[in-house]
Amino acid sequence: MNTIKKYLGIVWILLSAFFAYYIISHFGGKLSSPKMDDLIFGIIMFFILMPLVCTGLAMFGIFSLMGEFDEEY
Amino acid sequence: MSEKSTKGIWKVISASSVGTMIEWYDFYIFGSLAMVISTKFFPADNPVAAFLATLGTFAAGFVVRPFGALFFGRLGDLIGRKYTFMATLILMGGATFLIGCIPSYETIGFAAPILVLVLRLLQGLALGGEYGGAATYVAEHSPKGQRGYWTSWIQTTATVGLFVSLMVILVTKSSMTKEAFEEWGWRVPFWVSILMVLVSYIIRRNMHESPLFAKAKAEGTTSVNPIKESFGNKYNLKFVLLALFGATMGQGVVWYTGQFYAMTFLKNIQSIDASQVEILLGIALVLGTPFFVVFGWLSDKIGRKSIMLGGMLLAVLLYRPIYQKMYETTDLSLKQEIAEKMVVIPSSKEVDATKLDSIYTTTKEFTDGTTVEEVKTLHFENGKLMVDDKGKDKVETKITKKINDSDRWTLIFLVFIQVIFVTMAYGPIAAFLVEMFPVKIRYTSMSLPYHVGNGIFGGLLPAISTYLVTTSKDAGEAQFYLEGLWYPIIIAGVSFIIGMIYIDKKINTLHE
Repeated sequence: MNTIKKYLGIVWILLSAFFAYYIISHFGGKLSSPKMDDLIFGIIMFFILMPLVCTGLAMFGIFSLMGEFDEEY
Repeated sequence: MSEKSTKGIWKVISASSVGTMIEWYDFYIFGSLAMVISTKFFPADNPVAAFLATLGTFAAGFVVRPFGALFFGRLGDLIGRKYTFMATLILMGGATFLIGCIPSYETIGFAAPILVLVLRLLQGLALGGEYGGAATYVAEHSPKGQRGYWTSWIQTTATVGLFVSLMVILVTKSSMTKEAFEEWGWRVPFWVSILMVLVSYIIRRNMHESPLFAKAKAEGTTSVNPIKESFGNKYNLKFVLLALFGATMGQGVVWYTGQFYAMTFLKNIQSIDASQVEILLGIALVLGTPFFVVFGWLSDKIGRKSIMLGGMLLAVLLYRPIYQKMYETTDLSLKQEIAEKMVVIPSSKEVDATKLDSIYTTTKEFTDGTTVEEVKTLHFENGKLMVDDKGKDKVETKITKKINDSDRWTLIFLVFIQVIFVTMAYGPIAAFLVEMFPVKIRYTSMSLPYHVGNGIFGGLLPAISTYLVTTSKDAGEAQFYLEGLWYPIIIAGVSFIIGMIYIDKKINTLHE
């Protein structure tokens, strides 16, 4: 299980990078949209969810890769 | 447990729970009355103010919750649990009462939306501090091996708070005319809060400090800098991240889908009469709430992990079939209309010297007892039908369905199942979070992942899911009504996988 956790660490880091790419490529235009609901959605995605998921999940992945979750707590 | 200590813990539970329930009540009446609030405090024709309205209504209160968790969590770990959650209670009650006192936009202009936003932010900060304090306080009073059971009472408060908010609104609405409610009656639920807060304050005032915190303080082992110790050291930070991604993130979306999004879906997508929705949701909540305690108790016996993750997995697998069935229950294309009972009443309303609204109110009846009222409004200017931004005729259609008893019970059952998922994911989580962190930084450490997971991932769900549904509908997708479920399904799915692999199935006794 400890080996799986280490490999999964890479998955979480890649997933956080993919999430950032997906948000920027799919929702980039929303921030300049004249429609209010598009703009709100863009703000939620760019300024709230993206920083949270990308930094948090990447850190989680790094900890996992470093074997920080190997020990029992 | 002796009779004396049982009595003691019930006192702790009731004092903590009532206050926390009131804070949830305060937080949710704003959401339940969002439509009225936006018409009173925000000018619809001004995009800047409308922008403030949307942010204030949907996001601001949720987004600041983690900051409240940090601020009050730190205080709770420094000066004690009791005084901190007394402060959050007063802050929440005061902010809620004042929202009910703000003059409308017509009276004080832009000061109105700004004041609403400031008070909503204070509500979010207070709630961010309250929950962690109450959960920690109860957990630290709980006998060994019973934390899941006793803290599950705190877990019922969010659902009970939502239920009480719906009922207070329903009673207020039914005790006056529609016009009176829209004119001033919507303020009553905000004013009621101050009475409830006063009662809770009196109860909480006589409580003692948590025994574990009092012991730590007496021994001089409390933290000097809880924020630094919680998030500045790798050992604790990894558990904060695990709590967020492996538990609270998934729990947050399950909670808001089962209770808040279900309400939005019934009202806006299925177009069911608002009062019928409030009643059916209320029944499902009443039937489901005892299961918080059942699953909290069970988590003491078989562990927290399997129950919390079980709730998330069931949600991921069953949300689409459940919402498909909900939609079909009131799908008019599957019902038979009684053609001879259709009535159309035309009327008109003069908007100003050049503008006129032509209104057609159509009432339809169906063989199963469902009735539908369709109000079609055509906007004319100088005798010509107006066009919107997209060049289409400016016509608005509002449909309200009154459902029959059989459909009502089907929907109650379908919402009830979702509440069960909520109770599984949410019932044991306070005990789970408390057990993850040591006493000296517990309030701070558990509050942040909880409010990021529940407040941000969960709280933004209605806005995100409604947006996904609306864009799919505009794109002409046949199953547009299911598109909003992708957000909770993906978030809960990722949380389930992380929790499954990284969370230990044994109850954590390291910080006993």
